[in-house]
Amino acid sequence: MEINDAAFAVSAESVGAVDEELVERAYEELSEAEEVRKEGNGKWQKWKENFKRRGWILVFILPALIYILIFCYVPMYGILVAFQDYMPGDAIIGEGTEWVGWQNFQTFFSNPNFLDYFMNTFILCILGFIVGFPLPIIVALLLNSLRSKKTKKGLQILYYAPHFISLVVMVGMLELIFGSDGLLDQISIKMGGDVNGLQLFLDADAFRPLFIFSGNWQDFGWSAIIYLAALSGVDPALHEAAKVDGASRFRRIFSVDLPAIAPTIVMLMILSVGNLMNCGYEKVLLMQTGGNLETSEILSTYVYTFGLLGGQYGVGTAAGLFNSVINVVLLVIANYTSKRISNNSMW
Amino acid sequence: MDAGQLKSLKRKNKIKESKTDYVYYAISGFILFLLAVIVIYPLYYIVIASISDPDAVMTGDVWLYPIKVTFSGYAQLFNRDDIWRGYFNTLAYTVLGTAFNIVLTIPAGWALSRNYLPFRKVIMPLLIITMFFGGGLVPYVILCRALGLYQNPLILIIGGGVSVYNVFMCKSFFQSNVPQEVLEAGMIDGAGEIRTFFDLVLPVAKSIISVMILFYAVGHWNNYIDAYIFSIDEDFYPLQTVLNGLLDATAGGEGEVVLEQMRAATQIKFTSIIIATLPILVVYPMVEKHFGQGVLVGSFK
Repeated sequence: MEINDAAFAVSAESVGAVDEELVERAYEELSEAEEVRKEGNGKWQKWKENFKRRGWILVFILPALIYILIFCYVPMYGILVAFQDYMPGDAIIGEGTEWVGWQNFQTFFSNPNFLDYFMNTFILCILGFIVGFPLPIIVALLLNSLRSKKTKKGLQILYYAPHFISLVVMVGMLELIFGSDGLLDQISIKMGGDVNGLQLFLDADAFRPLFIFSGNWQDFGWSAIIYLAALSGVDPALHEAAKVDGASRFRRIFSVDLPAIAPTIVMLMILSVGNLMNCGYEKVLLMQTGGNLETSEILSTYVYTFGLLGGQYGVGTAAGLFNSVINVVLLVIANYTSKRISNNSMW
Repeated sequence: MDAGQLKSLKRKNKIKESKTDYVYYAISGFILFLLAVIVIYPLYYIVIASISDPDAVMTGDVWLYPIKVTFSGYAQLFNRDDIWRGYFNTLAYTVLGTAFNIVLTIPAGWALSRNYLPFRKVIMPLLIITMFFGGGLVPYVILCRALGLYQNPLILIIGGGVSVYNVFMCKSFFQSNVPQEVLEAGMIDGAGEIRTFFDLVLPVAKSIISVMILFYAVGHWNNYIDAYIFSIDEDFYPLQTVLNGLLDATAGGEGEVVLEQMRAATQIKFTSIIIATLPILVVYPMVEKHFGQGVLVGSFK
């Protein structure tokens, strides 16, 4: 490539003032390169040349790569702790390492509450997914069909503002509105309800609806952005053509808009199924009260409270690993299914 | 022809919308309006409750408009050292942490967007794997202990240094927004990789940089749990952690708590929520215009 460029540059120059020496040198270079190419393994040679010429680009990825190796891959090595009797401060592999095989897993699985934690995680996350996945799609489709661009933009900005509210504030707001002595409680008392009122924060049945409702309240607008961006790429001619064929606006959602964002939907679905079992322990912890533990203790909060705060590092790691493995399995299944059905896949 | 005539002519020439379309627009408009109310009301309620008389708030009278407007809640807040210390700490963590994030993320996105990046086929899977699998919380804490980051506020700056998701977003931005001609012109002029990045790429990357700043800054600003996980000293608590203590502490103290204290506590909950949210809500409209197609589309390729 480079050699051809050089030859081209030379020949272009020679049009003006003939510099035979230059032309000769270019030909020499050409034949030299030809020899090298014949000698060495072509691909490897090319790679080496590229590396010499543009290898400095590696400088840009190196810091991030080193960071990820340390902060993401070293903890993967730390999973070994799941098979040890580990005390805080020990070396992961050292003289005092006590290997205990699957004992931590046995402790974890034989916990009488294990099944509850597992089901709590699963139900909370799957409900969150069932409500939270289609909602932004519907909102994006509705917004996109608005005729006034100004209204569309205004609503969009409004809808994603709550995304920037912090979890602590979000849960604080929930308590002030739905908690005991909160707005809803006071209003229900006024309307003749029980004086001890609605104690939604202490109610195990209310935990999941509150969690999912508030999560969607915060994020439906934010998640809709990506679909809106995809929708704005739809060729208006498609809509015109469908209009001429007599398709109503509602009909066009299904025959024009949805097909256009289908690949985005599939991609996001695979991503969220692959992270299904991570539904945000930070927020669950904030919402946990003695009253709702029955539904609010999930695997990742168990890792935090029992494993980390309780100093049971081995069991905590085992529980975390269990959660991650389920995620990976779900991801593989989702990817495989999507590949078979729609030809879209991550790999 | 005056404007009115033109308008009516335009209206006539437009393809007539069918009845079903009117029904559709009415229903979708109603749904969107309802959503807007649902989004606004809780925010509105917090604002009016923060400037109302706490007695009226506690009896549930305040729900549509403020009653007996007072700013005593805010005055109270100004006298609290822990909140201001938290504010200052969070500001420091957010600024330094975000700078660290940007320095790691933007160049990485640029490098990954180049096909000639050596070892690209190895690096990509290495990054993607971390999006779906990790060691988990406990091994992460063990590592940070080993690195001396336990009980060290530094972890609040360098923790979560790279989000692979964000790196990929930068990558797709650079793939579609840096004109090939400019890069070629630079190469002919003899600019190396380093020069190219600083002189040719960074100047056109303003929008992605501002979006990344927002994403990371929000993450730092909202982080409350790391201070607990790493047992950070209370003097170094970020605002959200302080706030969590504040919102939590008075949650269950009925009965023995004096009424006056309860009034103050209720009020401060509302006001602290507002001052903890305001900075982000002020910054975000400035960055909002960059959330267009260029930045966000194609981030899943």
